[in-house]
Order: sequence, then C-alpha cells, then structure tokens
Amino acid sequence: MSFLKLFFKKTSSLLFTLFFLSLLVFLLIHLLPGDPAKIMLGERATEESLKAVRIQLGLDKPLYQQYFSFLKDLAINQNLGTSIKSGELISTEIKRKFPATLELTFIALFISSFFGVILGIIAAIKRGTRWDFSTMFLALAGVSMPVFWLALLLIWFFSIKLQWLPITGRIDPLIDFDSKNYFYLLETLMSGNFEALKSSLKHIVLPACALATIPMSMTARFTRATMLETLGQDYIRTAKAKGLNPLLVIFKHALRNALIPIITVVGLQFGSLLGGAIITESIFSWPGVGTWLLDSIYARDFPAMQGAILMIGASFIIINYLVDLSYLVIDPKLRKSTS
Amino acid sequence: MKLIKQLSHHRSASYGLIVICLLVAVAITGYFWVPHDPLEINSYNKLIPPFSFHKDNIYLLGTDGHGRDILSRLMKGALLSLGIGFTALFMSLFFGLPLGIIAGYFGGKIDQFICRVVDILLSLPSILLAIVIAAILGPSLENAMIAIGVVNIPHFIRIIRSQVLVEKKKEYVEASKALGMKTWRILYKNIVPNCLAPVIIHGTLLFSGAILEAAALSFVGLGAQAPTPEWGAMLFDGKEYFYNAWWVITFPGLMIFFSVLGFNLLGDGLRDIMDPRLKK
Repeated sequence: MSFLKLFFKKTSSLLFTLFFLSLLVFLLIHLLPGDPAKIMLGERATEESLKAVRIQLGLDKPLYQQYFSFLKDLAINQNLGTSIKSGELISTEIKRKFPATLELTFIALFISSFFGVILGIIAAIKRGTRWDFSTMFLALAGVSMPVFWLALLLIWFFSIKLQWLPITGRIDPLIDFDSKNYFYLLETLMSGNFEALKSSLKHIVLPACALATIPMSMTARFTRATMLETLGQDYIRTAKAKGLNPLLVIFKHALRNALIPIITVVGLQFGSLLGGAIITESIFSWPGVGTWLLDSIYARDFPAMQGAILMIGASFIIINYLVDLSYLVIDPKLRKSTS
Repeated sequence: MKLIKQLSHHRSASYGLIVICLLVAVAITGYFWVPHDPLEINSYNKLIPPFSFHKDNIYLLGTDGHGRDILSRLMKGALLSLGIGFTALFMSLFFGLPLGIIAGYFGGKIDQFICRVVDILLSLPSILLAIVIAAILGPSLENAMIAIGVVNIPHFIRIIRSQVLVEKKKEYVEASKALGMKTWRILYKNIVPNCLAPVIIHGTLLFSGAILEAAALSFVGLGAQAPTPEWGAMLFDGKEYFYNAWWVITFPGLMIFFSVLGFNLLGDGLRDIMDPRLKK
C-alpha cells in the first residue's frame, strides 16, 4: 500500500473517531442521571425557570438538532458553554488547565523514557546477571504499582517526613510570578526568573515521578527485549569481532537500530500518560484537566465534564494518530506490514 | 497437569502462583473469620498503631480513622478484589469470545463493523472510559465492576479475532469443512479450544488490571463507597489521616500491589510457557 493511501486511511479513521468522541460527549448530558436544568438551578427551582433554562440550553429540541447545534458551537465558535460551578467559559478554563496537564505529561514522558531506556540497556547488556534480574524485577514491580498509592507514599516521605518538596499546586503562591499562558516551567525559564523556575520544578517533581512509574517500567522491559534482539544480530558479532570498543558497539551499532521500535512505544505512551494523569493530578491537586474532570463529576457540572473529556480524549486520539504517521515516515518497512 | 508442572518449574510463574494462593487463602479465611468487625466504628480506638495492644485487644495492623481494625478490613477486601477480577473477566469473556469468533470466522461486513467499534473504544484511554461509565451509572462497587468489564471487552475481541483468523486457515479446519462438519461444530471443536492459550494469558493479565482499575476508581470516589472494605476505598479514606498515621495507607496499598504483582508474574510465566513464539 502506498504511503498516500495509508495516510488517507489513517486520517479518515481519525476523523471518524473524533466524530464518535463528540457524539459521546454530547450524549453525556442525556446519559447522566438527573435533569440538567435542575442541577443548574438547584432543587428548589420553579417549573417556569426550569423551562426557561431548558429552552436556553436547547433541551426542548429534538436530539439530532441539539447535536448539530452542539457541533456547530464546538467547531465554529469553540464554545462549550459555561461551567456551572465556576461560572466561567469552558474554553477559558481549558486554556488555563490544559497547559498544566501538558507540562506534567511531558516531564513524566521525559523521566520515563530516559530512565526506562537506560535501565533496559543495562539489563540487556548484563543479561542473566544480578543486574538484569534486579532491574527486571523493579520493572515488574513498577507495572504492578498502584500509582495512587505510590503517590501517597512519595508525599508521606518527601513532603511530610523530609519536608523537601511541596504537596500541592504548581508554584509557591508567595512568589511573584504572573503566568500568561499557564506554561509555568517554560515561562519562568524564558523570563529568567530562576526563583520561580526552581519553585515550579519543585512542585512538578513528585507528580511527574509518580506518573512516570508505569511507563518507565514498560519502556525498560521493552528496551531490554529489543536490545537483546539487536545484540544477537550478525552485524553486532562482526563489529565485536573487528575488535571495536564494546561501548561503541552497544551505543552506535545496537542502540541505534533498536531505537526505532523503542521510540514508537514511547510515543504511544504519551497518550496513556494523559489517562494516568487524571488520577495523579487529583492526588496532588494539580490544577490540570484530570483534576477538573473529577471535580466536575463530583459537582455534576456537566459542561465542565464535557470539556474535560473532550480535551483528554481528543488529545489522546490526535497524539496516537501523529505517532502512527511519524513511524510510517521513519520506517518504510512498516508500510508493507500494516497493509 | 502438564501445565501445572511447567508452571512450577518456571521461576516467576511459581512466585506468582504462591502469591495468588496466599491471596485466595486470605480471602477464604476472611469469609469465615475475621479478628474484629470490619465495619464497626469505635471512636475510642481511632488510629491505633500496628502491633500494639489496646484494652486487651490486639490490633495487628492498627486501626483506621474510624477505629476499625485494618487487618479485618483487608481480609474482607481480598474477597472483594477477587470478585472484581472474576466479574471483569467473566464480562469481557461473555461478550468478547462470541464477538471475536464471529468477527474472525465469518469476516465480511460484520467483521468490519465489529472492528470499527473496537477501534473506537480502544482509541480512548481506558481509565477515562471507565471513569465516564462509572459516572453515568453512579458511584458504586457493582457499577465500577461493570465499567471495568466493558472497558476490557474490546481487548478480548481483538485478541480472539486475530487467533481465529490464524486458526481458520489451517488445514484441519479445511478438512473438517470438506467432510461436511457443521459450522458451529467446527467452531466448538476446532476453533475455540485453540483460542484457549491467548485467552488464559490475557485473562490473567486482565485480572491484575481489573484489580488495579477498580482500586483506582474507588480511590477517586467513583467505585466502592464507605464503609465497604475495598482496598482502593480504604486508601481514599486514609488520605485524611496518613500525615500522622502511615499504616492506614501502607497496608491496603501493599495488598493491591502484591495481588497485582502475583497475577502479572503468573501471566508473564503463562505467556512464556504457552506461547513459544515469544520465548527465545
């Protein structure tokens, strides 16, 4: 199958999934128990005001008309309504919360792939030794770790016992720093405000480490398997036989070839980190989309719920699509096997 | 019998089996006997540290913020966690097996349709989907089990479908067809038994995933509700007290960790033994 054909196939399935996501998010109002108008106005609302709100929300129209106006609002005006709890526009809330999630996910992805690859390489080189067993046991423990528990333990140890790191938030409120786009790390770095940078780094360490545990373990296991496969190839034996420096053989000959499948897995983990962020964020009261989603579920704030689900779902779908496309570009062999 | 022998020779699988047997033993014991009433609230016994006597009573693992014995709650919780795993496994098998076989064996439009739906469901993070389903159904342990079961169905469909696709092209299936065997008999006698290996491997891994996901849902308040002694709910409850009482979160977390680890070890071992293609 040609690249173009695959590209169209993937893109059409992307659009289809996004369409499904919008349908799911739209139907949420109708699937959730309770009358949305009553939730907005409270239990003591009069029948007339309930009716007025229903008309205002368009709940009196047929379902398909409601969906079309929902899509129109979403696509053209980027309008998802206003949050019941905070009274703010959903789009404004997203602008404030999504950068927090994105920053956390990126740092976690960095930690997990950096340490995961290193651990995997160590295990592969020292195959069958104590190093191998202990790293692989660590990796298996990491996969089985309930992240929310690990997060509590980290808080208990680093924040309460040692008092090294803060428990919640993104930056020390006493530090005078006004964020414009809510990318704290990036903005503090750009503006050269190192005190603020240090504070926001301190705030992100624990949540990012907790979030990175499972993907790091997976990367380590996968790197080990891929490295072992590559190290068994003939050209590695040749390189060794030539008398090349063993480190050179490992890093230049083996790792380079093992890296493509590893990068693919790391890319796909970016999406799963977004899912994991929901729970991690809520433990650290990280003001991102995940905390927002759970808070809005507790408060039955359905416009906010819709916004959060849409943001997490759509970024997950789009990232996986981009990863898919990029490895079609990187590795031409895959074009054959996926057809 | 051969499988059990192979498992006992496989290092990680045998560790996994030991952990699982211990877990089952704890669950059975907890069903018949617990040292204290797991639900009894006693404001005089709040947050007693582990391994300490208190008014002639011994609370081996301490008490929680409501004065309930943590050990008794953990023992009751073991049964709940096993139940969660089985329910999720049963649900995903009940729907996943027939749908996977239909999609794989019959192909065509129905296969395309099933695959489309599976692709869509797998294109969202499973924890997001589980949270949404739990929110729609309302927070309770039963609904969390349903949510986790539903989320796992598409994985099973995909695994079984790919296995059926391989199996149906084999010569003995062709031979059965040529001999005039009825379709359902081919499915029942030839296809299903050959799908067992992947089903067992992934079933074991699903079990550990289900325990973890259910605990996560309870932890964010969308699963088991107080005073149910579910491990995740115990962590949720302990969040208020763990600043000065480390034991309220340590022991439930350890239970979740070891149960999940046990099933993961067993699953890995089963994969090594039953799927020789992966063994090198």
